[in-house]
Amino acid sequence: MSAAVETIEAMERPPLSMGSRLEGELLEVSMGPQHPSTHGVFRMNVALDGEVVRKLKPVFGYLHRNHEKIGENTSYLGSMPYTDRLDYFCSMTNNWAYALSVEKLAGIEVPERAEYLRIILAELTRLQNHASLLGFLLSDMGAWGTPLMYAFREREKILDLFESLAGSRMMCDYMRFGGCRVDASDEWLTRAQQIADRFPKFLDEFEELILGNEIVIGRTQNVGNLSAELAINAGITGPMLRACGVNYDLRKVDGYGFYPRFKFRIPLGEHGDTYDRLMMRALEMRESVEILKQAFAQIAPGPIVNPKVKVRAFRPPVGEAYGRIEGPKGELGFYLISNGAPNPYRYRVRPPSFINLTVLEDLCLGHTVADVMVILGSVDIVMGEVDR
Amino acid sequence: MIGTGILKGMAVTARNFVGSYFEKERLITVQYPEEHSPLPENYRNFPFLIYDGEDPHAGLRCVACKICEKECPPQCIYIVKSEDKKPDYMGKPQFYPKVFDIDISVCMSCQICVEVCPFEAIKMDKEFELSQRERFDHLLLRKEQLSKSNGYYHKIHPVEAETVDKGLAEAAAAAEAKKKAAAEAAAKVAAAKAAAAATAEAKPVAEAPSPTPVSS
Repeated sequence: MSAAVETIEAMERPPLSMGSRLEGELLEVSMGPQHPSTHGVFRMNVALDGEVVRKLKPVFGYLHRNHEKIGENTSYLGSMPYTDRLDYFCSMTNNWAYALSVEKLAGIEVPERAEYLRIILAELTRLQNHASLLGFLLSDMGAWGTPLMYAFREREKILDLFESLAGSRMMCDYMRFGGCRVDASDEWLTRAQQIADRFPKFLDEFEELILGNEIVIGRTQNVGNLSAELAINAGITGPMLRACGVNYDLRKVDGYGFYPRFKFRIPLGEHGDTYDRLMMRALEMRESVEILKQAFAQIAPGPIVNPKVKVRAFRPPVGEAYGRIEGPKGELGFYLISNGAPNPYRYRVRPPSFINLTVLEDLCLGHTVADVMVILGSVDIVMGEVDR
Repeated sequence: MIGTGILKGMAVTARNFVGSYFEKERLITVQYPEEHSPLPENYRNFPFLIYDGEDPHAGLRCVACKICEKECPPQCIYIVKSEDKKPDYMGKPQFYPKVFDIDISVCMSCQICVEVCPFEAIKMDKEFELSQRERFDHLLLRKEQLSKSNGYYHKIHPVEAETVDKGLAEAAAAAEAKKKAAAEAAAKVAAAKAAAAATAEAKPVAEAPSPTPVSS
């Protein structure tokens, strides 16, 4: 803590010209870690000139759990349940990214049905992540409760699906190297299809509720603009990058899984402001519903796991691999180095929300404290993933 | 016109408010302690040990191979192997766990112990009302608390238990068939040997009934 305070005191202060107001120092405020709008234990040291942010220093690490070192000391399979705890909103996509990198490392084929199940679950995860993000963002803006509850009502249906398939609502631990753990019954697929079919109805209602709202527009448009150049240089990925108008989606670029078989569009923003980021999520949900419809039409019975993969004493060959997927928050990657032992020699996570958070200061400068909440909400962070 | 967006949003809220009194889909609250919503078949919480039959000690499937202890990611299982052996469900003498503890304050319900167990001895429970008055002793489950009957397993996971029982029965039948085949083969070899001995030495077979060669 003391180190952080020192750094903010050492920060260069711009010369102040406040006109007729009392000439004074910048006011340093420590927002968080116990602040309700910081989505967990995240702290921002802000230097304020009146109400305007002049400096912002993010302080991470309150939720650090040694994820990477634990991953280097447990077996490859043993890291799988820990990946659920990274971004606890999207455990299915975390599982997929980790399984993908181990499959790359060991050269494991995945059966067709398992690939379809993975796509279905990843898109359901995207739906519930984006829905709850919009709810949280609006509750940060002061629409306390109502939009969040509407979003959570839909999210709950998807979490019920996860519970009946994987056994747990959030800590799914569902994917395995070379496939998935349990097969989805026809009854489950019908239920999932019904939920996906009804989802656009919720989106229509939600968009009517908020996206035309003058207060929302006033609070978000032209707030926290991010230029495409800065976004690319800072390594921003996911909806935040696409809101700046950069067409980069790993589902199209990498074409991992069976995504090349699907027809879907990538929504792109124009201004890179908070409103674009908000709209990006709403539009992506509609595309996810399209992907889900195609997946339900194409999925066929078959094996769900590669029988060649050993459950006990799994040892991949010596080598290294980087597996990445387009998570709901951005590019989620796992980098593994194997020296032939049952545990990885190096295990590294590339968390999307941590890297998206690095431009927070650039987004917030010149805006008021109240806008910082909105901008932070639109970045879509989960501290479990930022601090690992 | 400014303000129409807000009014539209208000209309949505009003629709939802009114609907929450009439539409069945919106009446989703379950009065929890009195009512319980049904748990799905695949629901999992904490592991337990299975025993066949009536006696938790005699029927315990676990043979203390310690694979789950080794594979458990948060290392919440503690096993001490027995010195003596007891017959397992196929009648083969096996070790059994003298101590089998699971610290459910550490367990993260990942189901890896279930997947790696070669004996179908550990399965996931559905019990979730587990509040205790003591933090340390009461959340450390001993072998006696963990042992639950196969009937209980059938009650909580009917479909899964059916496949497990089928697999075990098949394995037992295969082992039985193998044993029988081995016995038959041994008998055949013995008969052939005996016949060979009888023709070579031209002596009554009754004098050498044992297939094992007798060292003088």
